[in-house]
This record gives sequence, structure tokens and C-alpha cells, in this order.
Amino acid sequence: MTDTNLNTDKQDSAFTRIIRASEIDTRMLGMIVVLVVIWVGLNIATGGIFLSARNLYNLAVQTSVVGIMATGMVLVIVARHIDLSVGSVMGVIGMVIAWLQVDIFPLNAGWNWPLTIVCGATLGVLIGIFQGWFTAYRGIPAFVVTLGGMLAFRGGAFLVTDGRTVAPMNKTYQLLGGGIDGSIGTTWSLILGIMAVLIVAFSMYRGHASRVKHGFPTKPIWLQIVMFAVIAAVIFGFVYIMNSYNKPRSDIGRGIPVPVLILIAVVIVMTLLSRITKFGRYVYAIGANPEAAELSGIDVKKVTTYIFVIMGVLCAIAAVITTARLNAGTNSMGVSSELLVIAAAIIGGTSLAGGEGSIPGAILGAIIMQSIENAMVLLGAGSGERMVVMGLVLIIAVWFDTAYQNSKK
Amino acid sequence: MTDKKTPLIEMKNISKRFGGVHAVENVSINLYPGEVVGILGHNGAGKSTLMKMLSGAIEIDEGEIIVNGEKANIRNPRESRAYGIETIYQTLALADTLDASANLFLGREITNAFGVLNEAQMELETRKVMKTLNPNFTNITDPVNSMSGGQRQVVAIGRAIYFNAKTLVMDEPTAALGPAETTMVKDLTLRLKAEGIGIFLISHDMGDVFELCDRVMVMKNGKDVGKFNIEDVTRDDILSLIIGGQLPEGWQPRSKK
Repeated sequence: MTDTNLNTDKQDSAFTRIIRASEIDTRMLGMIVVLVVIWVGLNIATGGIFLSARNLYNLAVQTSVVGIMATGMVLVIVARHIDLSVGSVMGVIGMVIAWLQVDIFPLNAGWNWPLTIVCGATLGVLIGIFQGWFTAYRGIPAFVVTLGGMLAFRGGAFLVTDGRTVAPMNKTYQLLGGGIDGSIGTTWSLILGIMAVLIVAFSMYRGHASRVKHGFPTKPIWLQIVMFAVIAAVIFGFVYIMNSYNKPRSDIGRGIPVPVLILIAVVIVMTLLSRITKFGRYVYAIGANPEAAELSGIDVKKVTTYIFVIMGVLCAIAAVITTARLNAGTNSMGVSSELLVIAAAIIGGTSLAGGEGSIPGAILGAIIMQSIENAMVLLGAGSGERMVVMGLVLIIAVWFDTAYQNSKK
Repeated sequence: MTDKKTPLIEMKNISKRFGGVHAVENVSINLYPGEVVGILGHNGAGKSTLMKMLSGAIEIDEGEIIVNGEKANIRNPRESRAYGIETIYQTLALADTLDASANLFLGREITNAFGVLNEAQMELETRKVMKTLNPNFTNITDPVNSMSGGQRQVVAIGRAIYFNAKTLVMDEPTAALGPAETTMVKDLTLRLKAEGIGIFLISHDMGDVFELCDRVMVMKNGKDVGKFNIEDVTRDDILSLIIGGQLPEGWQPRSKK
């Protein structure tokens, strides 16, 4: 065993040691740097419009839909699968929700919009079981199952109303889309921000105390304080920006938009699911070594099916936000958004080789993708140019992933 | 060792076909508590396949497994583990991107009442187990793909012994190890044997076999070509069985000489 202890960090620089002690993924840190560079660059290119409160508010709302689906895509890709159908699934669920809400149920009934959301979520579960079952129990590659699903569910979205756009949606429901009144105001935003910072402080303290109690190695105190300060600054900075974008013709700040709150809730739930539950542990184990997972007694097929069910529910949540924001259901909702979602997950450090990836990383990836798209709109680029750039960004992201994986060997 | 005690494991008339190939054909073998039985043979002789049926990784076509005198129904790794059978696979079967503690408890995590992983408890237990196996092993929280072959082997062994195994299957446990680590695995094997654990050992290393085993079974082309007490055979006898499928001419049990 003597030879194994030679690779200590004697020759590593101080910087490398700090990074390692902080347990921040170097890749994550790299992405944050990339994001900052992109933001500064785009801000200069757009003459200061990009980093205005108004644009950042819109960017946050735009990121929600892709971000929510990307959290599920992380689990799918970590488990060595892929889901090409998310855009179409979101489309068909959105159409069903809009159709039920507008054409079938009385539009202004108080129970209408909650019931349609439940219906949409149920449809998401059923689609997840369908695709998950074929992938897990029938051994059809997820690539094929979801490629078929991509076509079939897009057709389904058309069939719901024969392609007709359904509008307008229920007034309360529209708030979920983050429109003019779709935010929680400055006071609540500040309260939430303070609560979030307190929770971060508490959980960091708890984690540290627990390691001390068990006598495990701990991170240096100063480093923990710096990390806390950075997180708190990001939270308060975000609240400040959202509060300083005013409603039209008034000086009333908007505060955090509802879709962003939904995204934050999804990120928290999905992060906990992937980090602290048996299920999450199994997803990563399956991705790291499917055979080992099976030999360890993990029911790989069941876990795989659950992953697709979760993806279906997340598509339903994304469909709710999209229909509420558009104030309509159209059968083109979510067209090609599977690419943005997959790109967000991969840019966010989810490895196509499986077994590695994080939910917060995917959100960062979603922000990067949306920032580029948003800035191109600001710069007056047409949809053709945007598609070219997004496609190239995806290829470069995978290239980077491959190079990173090779460099580790 | 082969007195009238109930065997820990009896594998009776086990057969397994892959397509037209008889990977294992009508093989029977017993294992008693506190005994090390070597399973020997060429690559492709059916040793690993036989053991994988005991571990539940492969389903049995014909034959039965009896554990402690009762017929056992082993169809998957979970059921095998439930009978107290733990396996150290040749490939180690580790989830490479997870750390030592996650691998040790994989499939059997410690959770609280809400089904939430108790990471601290698992890390604590892992540190204890690893300390008994190798006091130098401290990088418990690193992913196992950043560890040396020896450390990975220690994780795989730790996983097998932590859950109070009664039967241990070791498939080439020292093949990838250096001399110091090999000694560690041998010492451990003898310690577990002394604790009354029954061990099936698949090995190519004749040194290991003669040092550790009480009995050996040699397999060739899926068939059992001989079972012996270790003191009745020499290396040359075993090599003759492995290569030719039969004993040298005029063989007699060596202990009778």
C-alpha cells in the first residue's frame, strides 16, 4: 500500500490546494468564470443593455423553462440515457392543459387551473412510464425510444386541437408565467432572500459541526466564510436586480418572478433528490457502472423508469410556465428545446459517459445558453443565425466534455 | 473438514448453457464453515460462471443450491446477499465515480426514518472497516476511480466483509495486486476462515492455492475433473488436471504415501 501514498499534493500550488479544500468542482468554477466572461462580453457588445435590470429579469424568466427540464435531463444523462422528446412532451402537455382550461372547463372557475395542472402532471407521469418502460424493461435504447417520442408527441400536440392555438388562459394561471403581475413584489423578495441566506448559513454550520463531531477532516474556517460571503452576495445581488426592475409606468419594483421561484423550488427538490436519497445515489451508481449497480442489488430497471417519470413531470411544469407566459397553447411550444435542455446539462458538466453531473451545474449551463440566445436577439440576429450559433455551442460543449474526460485519464 | 456437519453451501448438479455452449455441466461442490475451497481451471473453464450462479449474477439452468441444509432460491444478487453470500468480483464491480463509502454501502445504504442517506454514519463505518484492512487508507471521500488498484480492491473486500458474510466468494482477489497487498489479502482470508466463514477462492496463483485452500476442485470445459484435499495433490498434479483434464499416470493420494 506504500506506493499509493506517494501522490500527495506536495507539488501542487496553493491555489490548487484551496480549490481542493473547498470541494468545489474545478469544472464548476471554470463554468462560473466562463459565464462572467460571456456576460461582460455580451454587455459590451449590446452597449450595456444586456446587464440591465430589465433584461436580467427577462433572462431569468426565459431560463426557468429550460432550467427546469435540464434538472431532469441531468439524471437521464447521468444514468447513461438521453431524452430527445422533452420539447415535444412539453408541447403536448401544454396543449392538453390549454385545451382543457379554455375549451373544456369553465375558464373562470377557481378549480379550473389547479385541476388542469394536475391533469398535465398526470400526463407527464404516463408519458414517463411509457418511455421508461420501453427503455428499461424492453431494452430499447433511450435514443430510439425518445426519438420516436419526439415525433409522436409533437404529432399529439397537433392532434389535440388540430393545430389551432388556444387562448386566452385563466387570469390567475397567467401569473405563473411571470408576466406584468407575475412576480412576488419587493418586500417578499427581500424576505425570501434573507431566509435563503440564513438557511445557507445554518446548513453550512450544521455540516461543519457534524464533521467536527465525527472527527472527519474539515475545510478551513476562513474558506467557509469566503464561500458563505460569495453565496450571500449572489443571493442579495439577485434580489436587488429583480427588485429594481419596475412595473410599466410606475416605480413599483417587480421582485422575483414566479417562474424563477418555481425553478428555485425544482432545483432544491432535484438537488436533494440526487444528493441525499437512495434513489439519487442509485442513479449515479447506474451511470458509473451499470453492471456493478446490478450486482449490488439495485433494481436498475425500476430506477431507470422512475428517471423518465421525473423527466415527464418536469416537462409538465415547464409546460405550465410556457402556456401561462404565452397566455396560450400553441402546437409549436418547445420545438427544438430538447437541444437547449441537453446542451444546458452538458455545458453544466454532466458527462455523456455517465455517472457524473450536477443539478446546479445544469442551471449554470441553462443560464449560459439563454444568455447567448438572449444577447443575439438584442443584437438583432434572426432565428436562423441563432440556431447556427446554438448548434455550434452544443458541439463545442461536448468537445470540451470529451477533452476533459480524456485529460483525467 | 468433511465430517458430518451441515455444509454451509451445497451446489448440486449445476448446469448452465450459453446458446449451444455448456459453460457449466453437472457440477457439484460443497463448502463447510471455516473452509477455503479453491476453484481452479483455465480461462473459460466455467469457474466464474459457477460462482456467479451462487452470487445471483447469472441464473441457474439446472441443479440446486442448498444453504445450511435448506433449498435456496437465488435468482438475483439481492437474494444471494440475503443468504449471507458475499462476492468479490474479478472486475471488483465498483461504481467508479462514487467514493469508498458510497461503494461500500451500495444497495444497502444507511438511511434515517425518511429514507434520507445518513452519510456521516456511513463514512464513519467505512473509516472503521478500512482501518482494519489497511491503516494507510484515508482518502475515503475520493471517487474510487482516482484510487490505486490495491485501494480499489480493499474497497471491494470491505464491502464483502462489512455485512457479516457467512460465505465469501473471491474471484481472483490478488490478480491486480502488488506483493504487500497480496499478503494483506492472504492474511485477511486466513482471519476470516478462522472466524468460521466459508470461502470459495478462484485463483490462478498456485502459491495462493497451496497456502490458503483446504480443498480444491479443478474444472475443465465446464466439467468437474477432480476434487481433492490439498494435501493429496502437488502442483504438478493440479497443472496436469488443468491442462489435460486428468491426473498423471499412476497417481495416488500423496498423503497416503
